[in-house]
Amino acid sequence: MAERDSQLPVLRVTLVQYVLLACFLVLGYGFWRLQILSYDEYATEADHNRIRTEPIPAPRGRIFDREGRVIVDNYPSFNAYLVRDQTRTLDSDLAPIAQGLHLDLDDLRDRIAHFGDAPTYQLILIKDDITPQDLEFIEAHRDQFPELETLTVSRRLYPKSGFAAHLLGYVGEAGPREIQQLHLRPGSIVGKAGLEQFYNSTLTGQDGERRVMVDSRGRNVGELDATPPRAGQSIRLTIDNDLQIAAEAALGDRPGAIVALDPRTGEVLAMVSRPTFDPNQFTLRISPEQFKALNDDPEHPFLNKVIQAQLAPGSVFKLVMAATGLEAGIAQVQHTFCPGGTTFYGRYYKCWISARHQQHGMVDIHKAIVQSCDVFFYTLGNVLGIERISKFAKALGLGARTGIDLPHEATGLMPSEAWKLQHEHQRWYPGETISVAIGQGATTVTPLQLAHTVAGIVMGGQFYRPHVLLSVAAGEAEAGAPPADAAAFRQPTVLVQPANVGIITDAMRGVVGPEGTAASAHLDNLDFGGKTGTAQTISNQGLAELGKRHEFVDNAWFVGVYPLRNPQLVVCALYEHGAEGYFAGRLAAQVVEAYAMKHPDSNVPVKAHPNAASVARSTIGSPLARPVVDHPGSGQ
Amino acid sequence: MRGHWRDFDWLLLALVLAVCALGIAEIASATAATKFAGVYMKQIYFLMAGLLLLFGLSRVDYKLWLESSPWMYFASIAALTAVLLVGKTIFHSRRWIPIAGTHLQVSEFVKLVLILAVARYFAENRSGELGVGDIAKVGAMIGVPMALVLLEPDLGTALTYLPIVGMGLLLGGLRWRHFFLILMIGALVLPVGWHFLHGYQKHRVQTFLNPQSDPRGSGYQLRQSKIAVGSGGLWGKGASHGTQTRGAFLPVPQTDFIFAAFSEEHGFLGAMLTLALYFVILMRLVHDAQLAPDRGGAMIIMGVVAVLAFHVLVNVGMVVGLMPVTGIPLPLMSSGGSSMLFMFAALGLVMNIRMARFVN
Repeated sequence: MAERDSQLPVLRVTLVQYVLLACFLVLGYGFWRLQILSYDEYATEADHNRIRTEPIPAPRGRIFDREGRVIVDNYPSFNAYLVRDQTRTLDSDLAPIAQGLHLDLDDLRDRIAHFGDAPTYQLILIKDDITPQDLEFIEAHRDQFPELETLTVSRRLYPKSGFAAHLLGYVGEAGPREIQQLHLRPGSIVGKAGLEQFYNSTLTGQDGERRVMVDSRGRNVGELDATPPRAGQSIRLTIDNDLQIAAEAALGDRPGAIVALDPRTGEVLAMVSRPTFDPNQFTLRISPEQFKALNDDPEHPFLNKVIQAQLAPGSVFKLVMAATGLEAGIAQVQHTFCPGGTTFYGRYYKCWISARHQQHGMVDIHKAIVQSCDVFFYTLGNVLGIERISKFAKALGLGARTGIDLPHEATGLMPSEAWKLQHEHQRWYPGETISVAIGQGATTVTPLQLAHTVAGIVMGGQFYRPHVLLSVAAGEAEAGAPPADAAAFRQPTVLVQPANVGIITDAMRGVVGPEGTAASAHLDNLDFGGKTGTAQTISNQGLAELGKRHEFVDNAWFVGVYPLRNPQLVVCALYEHGAEGYFAGRLAAQVVEAYAMKHPDSNVPVKAHPNAASVARSTIGSPLARPVVDHPGSGQ
Repeated sequence: MRGHWRDFDWLLLALVLAVCALGIAEIASATAATKFAGVYMKQIYFLMAGLLLLFGLSRVDYKLWLESSPWMYFASIAALTAVLLVGKTIFHSRRWIPIAGTHLQVSEFVKLVLILAVARYFAENRSGELGVGDIAKVGAMIGVPMALVLLEPDLGTALTYLPIVGMGLLLGGLRWRHFFLILMIGALVLPVGWHFLHGYQKHRVQTFLNPQSDPRGSGYQLRQSKIAVGSGGLWGKGASHGTQTRGAFLPVPQTDFIFAAFSEEHGFLGAMLTLALYFVILMRLVHDAQLAPDRGGAMIIMGVVAVLAFHVLVNVGMVVGLMPVTGIPLPLMSSGGSSMLFMFAALGLVMNIRMARFVN
């Protein structure tokens, strides 16, 4: 029976065998294609599957004051991210994720849509500085939401209450333009304002990378290797915390600005602008509503008034007039009788003293500065003419940026004939020169410019570029490179004769003396002086039409110098709508006091003015309690 | 007692055990770091139970099974209906009924019954040529259980009934013009129907085909499977070094995608060796069928060949992306008791037929 014929049709069985062989060969080809022909491609994909590159954000450099005291620090915190390619149910996951992390679902959707073009393995920041509860939520839902990821980052810690906020600026998440320009990873932190912005590249470190093995649920199953981050460089500022504190306290909640600088080097020792804001709000992602509220605030809390407010300088400008006049050889010999006003080109110009039904009488340059006589400077301005005034004022630094190392400095404006022709297509009227002579008219300055210009004058024409960076420290080390030589900041010299400097500084001493316009700013036994300014914010005519309102109240200016011989400190105080220059004088005096207390050897004994001490003592107690005297004329 | 142990197909058993051993080793490797760790022990127990079944069935005259196949057929229909009514729902589909503490898939055993029923039909039909009536009868015979399994729903398993009837018709004397007509109708209907579906509908159909395998979608599975296979390269990543498998990127690596896991770790050479084993097993079965003492026995063995070949081709084809994702396991390798017991029961029948060849 062994040789019995098959029970099956032989041909068809053979067919079955060949068909099976063909099928197996096709399968074999399938393996050949994947494992031999496309091996590299699939090997790469397998690596990409299991290896995820996570950034290790580098800590930003810290910011210290000139004595190495920390102003801006970092602290560690957690961020929550979303990785889209770790899930296939992203859409349905979003609602519970938003709920669990206390996020607005629509915001979350918008945020993910915003990254629509980015690779799906990219981390999308969905919440920063998460709470322990948030962290717990993420850890507890690892299986359910494998797309959630957390990373430790170091976060900025700014001083409280908006201390030096405008100077320091703040950091925030890089916008699309910054990402493109600076070649950043989405979600990177960059400086958005102030020093954080200006020195962003110094403060920013080099992010590290960590390659981790993950499983299909995105769970970390081991680290492969890591490139450690390189911390950003710390910077040391020229700011003196003690002086900054004094300036912050002096200005209080008043709208305005204070800037203190060292005329010998251009180092800025204090910088305050009001109103202020809390930069810590910005290290967390600020909501669009919050940002809009701050941005639309009529008081402009983001504006650094020290470098961005462009206002009429008022009578402080008389120092520039005095310098111009003295260098022209005119002011020393000018003697003008002030009857409370005078007429030029058919128009009557009042002296501020007329509002008190008084007159200055015979006035020389010293008295003109001490008592801020308008008639004297009208006359001087008329003699000098706008071109000479404008040229010298520009040489003294007005109408141009000082070049401080902060972003968005304003230029101010020093008018001239050419300027008027170009911008208003009109010729210059001589009467306008009269207004310019007392710091009104088209002239605008920033507080920093005014301080810079006065510093140059009292230094005999030697200017230094104002700056806030003292030195860059290597890494996190507090001790940095030695500060740059002051010579590096030297600007072109405009000669102001020592004799003329003496006339001006003597007069500035008089301003805080018993006869001066800021007698209340007098500081006992300190060689301190300055110049007041009361600048109109609106023309007399406009005031008559619109009525008296707070926003039209005059701005109070004061630029103080200490000590008047061999000056070390120039303080410019702006008190907006402060009405009277001497109010600002008292603010500046507080900063000077703090400086003198800290540097007792800075004071040069003053030749006592006969009556100075007694008058000063009677007024110094309540400097700001004096009634506001309304005189809408030019400044005192 | 019929037949002699020397007529037992020891070579076939050795080949089958070799494949099973590879399977168990791969199950152990793929599940070592998962909650399924240790499941390979279960597979070993099933293998032992399968061997008992094989030896036991090899002592039972296959003609008894053929004779009782109508009864078994109706019992199968009843059992499938019972599954639909009371079966335990696992992964949204009802196909298990609890027996003795484990879950057995009734539809697996229906395969065996259908092999017997089809073999019996063609064993009795000795007219040589099949008429349209025969095609319709065999079609109905297979259509009823297919419909019941489809209702579970489990299209994958239902499809595995088709090669049984196909093989039966082919060897039972189907006319070539009928053969080509059926082939053409099938070839036309399937892809045309498929391409009329939209993407999401295809996705739904795929999900419908295989709802239990992975909630993350069939496209993802297929992609990860291809990455696993492709990244294995010529030599493979080495036993228990498959990153796709260990990292759980490859879905269910111990069941439907075991061959992807195996190919990742053992490479092109390992995959070819294993495929060759399967091919030799199939050829050995065909050889045994040709030696069968009667038409019934030969048809039974060819039915087993049809089922085994279909499973291997569809499963391995899926793993390399040549076939859509269906929930069809790889016989002898995939983890799972029902499939293992079915294969060994079928092989027991084959052994009995082979040992009966010299006995009248």
